[in-house]
Amino acid sequence: MAVTVSIPTILRTHTGGEKSVPAAGSTVAEIIDDLEANHGGIKSRLVKEGSLHRFVNIYVNDEDVRFAGGLDAKVADGDNVTILPAVAGGAR
Amino acid sequence: MLKIRRDLVDAMVAHARRDHPDEACGVIAGPEGSDRPERFIPMLNAARSPTFYEFDSADLLKLYREMDANDEVPVVIYHSHTATEAYPSRTDVSYASEPNAHYVLVSTRDPEKHEIRSFGIVDGVITEEPIEVVESYRFAHTGPDDVPEQ
Repeated sequence: MAVTVSIPTILRTHTGGEKSVPAAGSTVAEIIDDLEANHGGIKSRLVKEGSLHRFVNIYVNDEDVRFAGGLDAKVADGDNVTILPAVAGGAR
Repeated sequence: MLKIRRDLVDAMVAHARRDHPDEACGVIAGPEGSDRPERFIPMLNAARSPTFYEFDSADLLKLYREMDANDEVPVVIYHSHTATEAYPSRTDVSYASEPNAHYVLVSTRDPEKHEIRSFGIVDGVITEEPIEVVESYRFAHTGPDDVPEQ
């Protein structure tokens, strides 16, 4: 299963500056493992203690994977996977 | 330094006042590589909280797709603190992930007088920068891509 993954600015140090890269896998977890194989260091920016890092959003097409099974969310051939840093903060 | 048009500053402050006592948040997008904030995009605070803000995840995706299509980047990412000073909290720093953005904080704790400050936040390090408020960018740029703005 080949998909295209959009990489946010902050993680482009891992992709040689590329804004999007191809990856393979049938779940988000497999996609991330494939990314890690080609762009070492990226996985630890996305996954913490076996689940999606709270600072990061991952979308399969238009769907936030947090609402679609998290790292187990299914990915199909030709899907677009988008990684975006959460924009959040607060006074405390 | 953050150079920014007065109407954009006024728009951020007005948004912060309108949402007080909840935190307000948004983005001012600008052409990639220009460092020039132009398009004001107030966002909903999905947390609707006086101490936390978060862009709704669907809104966030829509925003980034829109900016990508326009060759824009988030030049300014702003939010308000409604009971504390306009300085990045530990939470702000841990979430900050646009190394090229100006993080603007507006404090509305004083009902009469707001406080507005700008910071770079890179790898957990906060660097305050001056804000230069201008009426127009027209005479402010001499780069090869320079197109007179309003």
